[in-house]
Order: sequence, then C-alpha cells, then structure tokens
Amino acid sequence: MCLAIPGIIEEIYMQDDITMAKVNFQGIKRSVCLAYLTDINIGDYVLVHVGFALKKLSHIDFINANKLINVDSELN
Amino acid sequence: MEVLRPFRDEIKAKSLIDNIKALTTKPVNIMEVCGGQTHTILKYGIEDLLPENIKLLHGPGCPVCVTSLEAIDMAINISLNKDVIFCTYGDMLRVPGSSMDLFKAKALGANLKIVYSPLDALKVALANPCKNIVFFAIGFETTAPANAMLILQAKKLNLKNFFVLCHEVLVPPIIASLLESKESNVQAFLGPGHVCSVMGLHEYEHLVHNYQLPIVVTGFEPLDILEGIYACVQQLNNNGVRLENQYTRAVTQDGNIPAQQAIKDVFEVCDRKWRGLGFIPKSGLSLNSQFKDFDATIKFKVDNLDIQESKECISGEILRGLKKPYECEFFGTKCTPLNPLGATMVSSEGACSAYYKYRQSKLTASP
Amino acid sequence: MSSDVFNSCNLPINDQACISLGHGSGGKLSSNLINEFFLPYLGNEILNELEDASVVTLNQDNIAVSIDSFVVNPIFFPGGNIGSLSVHGTINDLAVRGAKPLFIAASFIMEEGFLLEDLTKIIQAMQLACRQNNVKLITADTKVVNKGDCDKIFITTSGIGLVTANDIPSVSKAKVNNNILVSGDIGRHGMAIMATREEFELESTIESDSASLYSLINLILASDIQVNCLRDITRGGLATVLNEIAMASGIGIVIDESQIPIQTNVAALGEILGIDPLYIACEGRFVAVVDEIRAQDLLAIMHSHPLGTNAAIIGKVVDDPDNNVIAKTIIGGSRLVDTLLFDELPRIC
Ligand code: SF4
Repeated sequence: MCLAIPGIIEEIYMQDDITMAKVNFQGIKRSVCLAYLTDINIGDYVLVHVGFALKKLSHIDFINANKLINVDSELN
Repeated sequence: MEVLRPFRDEIKAKSLIDNIKALTTKPVNIMEVCGGQTHTILKYGIEDLLPENIKLLHGPGCPVCVTSLEAIDMAINISLNKDVIFCTYGDMLRVPGSSMDLFKAKALGANLKIVYSPLDALKVALANPCKNIVFFAIGFETTAPANAMLILQAKKLNLKNFFVLCHEVLVPPIIASLLESKESNVQAFLGPGHVCSVMGLHEYEHLVHNYQLPIVVTGFEPLDILEGIYACVQQLNNNGVRLENQYTRAVTQDGNIPAQQAIKDVFEVCDRKWRGLGFIPKSGLSLNSQFKDFDATIKFKVDNLDIQESKECISGEILRGLKKPYECEFFGTKCTPLNPLGATMVSSEGACSAYYKYRQSKLTASP
Repeated sequence: MSSDVFNSCNLPINDQACISLGHGSGGKLSSNLINEFFLPYLGNEILNELEDASVVTLNQDNIAVSIDSFVVNPIFFPGGNIGSLSVHGTINDLAVRGAKPLFIAASFIMEEGFLLEDLTKIIQAMQLACRQNNVKLITADTKVVNKGDCDKIFITTSGIGLVTANDIPSVSKAKVNNNILVSGDIGRHGMAIMATREEFELESTIESDSASLYSLINLILASDIQVNCLRDITRGGLATVLNEIAMASGIGIVIDESQIPIQTNVAALGEILGIDPLYIACEGRFVAVVDEIRAQDLLAIMHSHPLGTNAAIIGKVVDDPDNNVIAKTIIGGSRLVDTLLFDELPRIC
C-alpha cells in the first residue's frame, strides 16, 4: 500500500491548475501529479506513490546503493 | 526493475548478512513498521538468511489491515446505494466486513471502480454527474497528501457529487501505543521509509527520545532492509538510542513540506479505531470543518456503526509483535486468503497473508 | 439503512456459495470448482487427468481433443485479438500433448449491436492463424444475445489433433533431477491486457505473447530428446503451471528466480501495480521438463526457433512429499511459490 517506485520525468504540463508530468517507469508511462515538488525538470528521477511524486531522487543514489554501511571496508 | 537492481544485489546482500551475523551476539527483536517492508522480507526470504537470534516482528503498518471493521461495513453499506460509484484501491476489495466484503457487494450489484490514484476518482466524478462518487480514502501519511489533493481539487471544481470515506491513520501514535504497553517486546524499529519521505524525521526523533530505543528509518528493497537491520543490531550492541536514516535517497530531515501543508489544510487529527488494536487517541486524520461537505459518513448517514470483531482472530496480537501468524490456531486451516477471518490475511502486505503465501512449507516442516 | 442492508443479506463472511470472478482465474478457486462440482458428476478416467488436451484412442490412432472459451476484454489488444487468441490457444493445448493440430470447431456468441467491422477483423485473424498452422476450421456455430447479455463477443474453440509423439508428454511425468525449462519471457499477455485497463491510465509498450507454439514444439518432438512434461502457461501464470506439475507428478520443484526471463517493461508494470509476473498469464509460452543431461540440447533447440529465443533453464525437480514449489530469491533466500489463489484481473483470455 505504501508502494512507491522511481520513474523518469518525460513531459511536464498543467491540468486543472496542477502541475502534472508524464513519468516513464522503464517502458510504462503514466501521468503523475507534481504539485508537491518544486524545481523538477525533464529527465529527473522521482519517487511516485499512488500517482503522486513525493521526492526527487538523485542519480547518484542509484549508483551508490548502500552507503550507510560501507560493507567492504568493514569486512577488511 | 532495472533501476532498483543495485538494491537487490546478491553479493552485497551476502556481505551484509555476514556482517549482521558477526555482530549479533544476543537475541534481538526488531519490528518493521511498514507492511511494504514485511512484504519484502517474506518475498525475498530474508528471515531465513538472518542469524536465528534475530526475530523480526511484523508491525501494524498495512493500512488495509488496520482499517476498522466499522469502516469496511460503512464502505459496503455506501457502495450498495444504487446511485453510488464506489472508488477504492484494489487491496480493499477482499477485506472481510462483518457480513461480507466489497467483492460480495459487487456481486450484489454495487458499482465498484478500482483506482490507481485518488485523482482518478475525480475523473470518475466529472464523467458521471448524475451519480454520487465515493472514494475510500485509506492510508498512512504516505497517501494522505494524495488524498488531500483530491479533496482540494474537488472543492476547487465545486463538485457536488463527490464524497470521501476517510480512514487515514498515523504511524507515530501507533508506535507510541505499542511501546506504552507493558507486554511490548520490541527492542528496535525499522521506521517507515515512505511515510518519512512525506513527514520527515522529527516525529521519530521524539519517539526515540521518549521511549529510549533505536529507530532506523528504512527503505523497501532487500538491501535497504538488511542495512536497517544491521544498523539496529549495531545500536543495540552499543546501547545506542539514536534515530538513523538508512533511506537517505528518499527521506530528508524535514520531509516534503508542501505535502505536509496540504495534509494540514484538509485534515485534522482525530481519535481512531484500528482493526485488531482498538481505539488509539489522536491516531487518525479526518476532514476538517471546511471540507465536511465531502464527508461520506454524513451524506450517507452511516456513522455510529459499532461492530464486534471475530473472537477467533488474533491479528491484534500479531500487529503488536506478540505473536507470529503461525501461532494463530486458525492460520492456514480455518483462515486462508480464500477465506480470511481477519484483515491481516487479506492484503499482500498483511503478515498472515504474506506468511501464507511465502512460508507455508517451512511451517508444515516445523510446526 | 445500515441495518436492512445487512439483514437482507445474511451471509457469512466471504461465503462462496455463488460463482465469483475468482472461480475463473485459473487458480485455486478454479480447481476447487472443477474438483468439487464438475468431476463428481462428469468425471471419468480421461477427464480426471485434467490435461490441457485429452488423448483418446480411435482405430489405433491417438487423437488429442481440447476445448477452450475466450472472453478477453478488450477484444483487440496489443499483439493480437480474440480471434487469433482463440485459434492459438486451442492449437497450443493440442501441441503440448504431442499432437499435430488438424481441425478446429468454433462457436461465436455475439452481443446485439456488435460491429460487423470488428467481427470481420476477428475472423480474418482466425483465418490467418489457421492458415499459418495448417489447421482447418471445419464446423462453427453463431448465436446472438440481447444487448448486455454478453460483452461484445465470446468465442469457444475446440480442436482435434493427431498424436505423433511416441511417449506422450504429460503433466504427471516429471522425475527427480529433471530440469525445468521455460520457452520464453513470461507474463506478457496478462500484462499487455492489464495495461489497457482504462482505470490505470497507462501507456505501455507491452505486446501480448499470443502465438501458436506448434512449430516450436514440433521441432522439439521431432528431435531425439525425450521430453517428460510440456504444459503451456496460461491463466495462473508460470507459478500455477509449476504447481500443477509438482502435484500431478508427486515431486517438488526448486526454481532460481534470477533465471526466469521477464521483459523489463513487464517487470516494471508488476512493480507499479504490485503484481508478481510469476502469476500472470502467457498465451505463447510453455514449460518443458526434461532429463538433466538433455537440458542443454533442448535449450539449444528452443533458441534456434524465433519463439524460443529467450528460453531458459529455470530450475529442477526435487524429491518433496509436500509437492512444494520453492524459489531461490535473487538475494539468495528462498520462498514458497504457491498456486495462484485468485486475482483481481480483468478477463484476460
Ligand atoms: S491467521 Fe487469520 S484468524 Fe489468525 S490472526 Fe491471522 S487473520 Fe486472524
């Protein structure tokens, strides 16, 4: 129910006075409400829950998966 | 999903597990708050990979499971009105009410529409001016901003045929209530990542401070969960009492402020009854006075239902972390997803249903 | 009003006394329905096998017979329509029993007001599918019902094929240490249909995998490889087929989740809707169970055919009195893979 997944903004538009975006989730696209985020551009990653973008995600986060714990250094 | 693959990496998972094993010297009870986390734990078989003295307790964080029996009955009641189109998330259809579920209501003629987003319900209202559209607004703080936007838009569009049945619930009060209880055996929490994306970390700092135990705000991928567990064990070893944020890619200190504002604009905090857990003060959100026109309970006069939960179901104890699903005598026998006695057997995030789906075999092997 | 609604319907929780959509899902409820209602009255030694097609012997020839109804909504979907689907589905049921499909019978139930233009497209798709597979439609029936009594068009097809394989593959012939192969990426048909549901408002590039499997299966059966089971994956998805094999053969199955081929967009839609592709229908994929020493050879044959390019070895048969299907998860854990219980999907086939 609190399922939220990342997608890429492909298009930004207005609908009934709210900012909406077309978001691409790896080949599946859907309109998503952007009202709760500012400073979003085409190409940004956002975290989407029930059709609402809740947080902008940085590309770095996907490359640096697990950074709270640096596993390798701890193992050595 | 390709972008999530780094968070499902087997080699990293192994080394995290090795680290957790090396660190775990005494038994610990960790509760994941959120149903999405429960689902990940069972779907990826995480429990069996952990050292035996780590016990994962599955908390009350599945909104489908904790929506009160009264609310389900109200929903069924409203949906059976001839002029109503009842919009709901698909997960709610099979939740047992006192005499039937919404699926049964559909078989009896209720006009149900499954929606993906609350805004979809608005479209239904605009397309069907002669019908009354009711949206079942359930969820935690993650979903509240979406539901708030729906109501703000309905007001702006001056919709007269649109109503919400509101059963929003809040996470911090339920954590507090679990910890107030003397029976509580939880030593650390994996905090609800997506709730905190919206709400930020402040409320959880208070919980850590008031109850003196570690909370690690955690994401939903297998590596997120393992990191969260690692951080909990580490703190417990060092007698740490800190709030940690494992899910930094989605959670900031202050959360999503415009979303919090929308919640404040539309809702007010209220007391709420939780299925299996009973009344918890200040644990829900209801429409504030400006938006009462949209309140389906007023429009359809379905307030004040008081119904008793089946005596057989022990989901309350499960949600409090006191029992595991397989310790329920009806688990897998009288109670299955095809014939659920309690709501936790319904949603894919409900502990009983997740155990039934992913772990039956282990259970038959070791009763 | 609250009280009279409940009094007028004094049903126990989730009473299953009437047919629910779940009975048509191809999962546990469907099999309950068959076992509790149909078999006690209509069962016999042939029907009781519950194969995709039954094989009977007439004048020393082994004849395979199958029947299937198609009620898919929408009737036109990316990658096919109800017409092509109805021919492919019946051909596949025959092919997995080692039969060469020869004849098809079809019955059409149409709703008053259904467009002739749409009917034409559907019939043309059936024509093409029959031609491509050298099958003849030899008898048919049409009925029209009042508006609202059916949704546009329902098609039932029955097929007859001649069994050419010496040792007929069967759902009950899997043996310990056999390998499990899947002929291609899974879940496309069901997800393609799901993506068209208006309420989700999705734009998708997923195309149904609806296809006739006969030529690929023929290639396999013509080789010297002895295939123990062949089963096409339809409603209930891969998970349900594996469970059917485990039950019927009295064995257990362990699959390696990381080896299961799934197209990226199918996986993505699964994440969006919170649905596991293992339970999603295919209409042009099958599972093959074969001795482990021939698994690579079988895989090579599959890879040589356009319908088998994504084929993979996904697991093996183990000894397990509980007949469980267990998945090794991508992070090295394990979990149970149960039969589909029910689904909330639209009509997908
Ligand atoms: S198994 Fe069923 S009856 Fe037992 S606690 Fe879970 S939902 Fe309730």
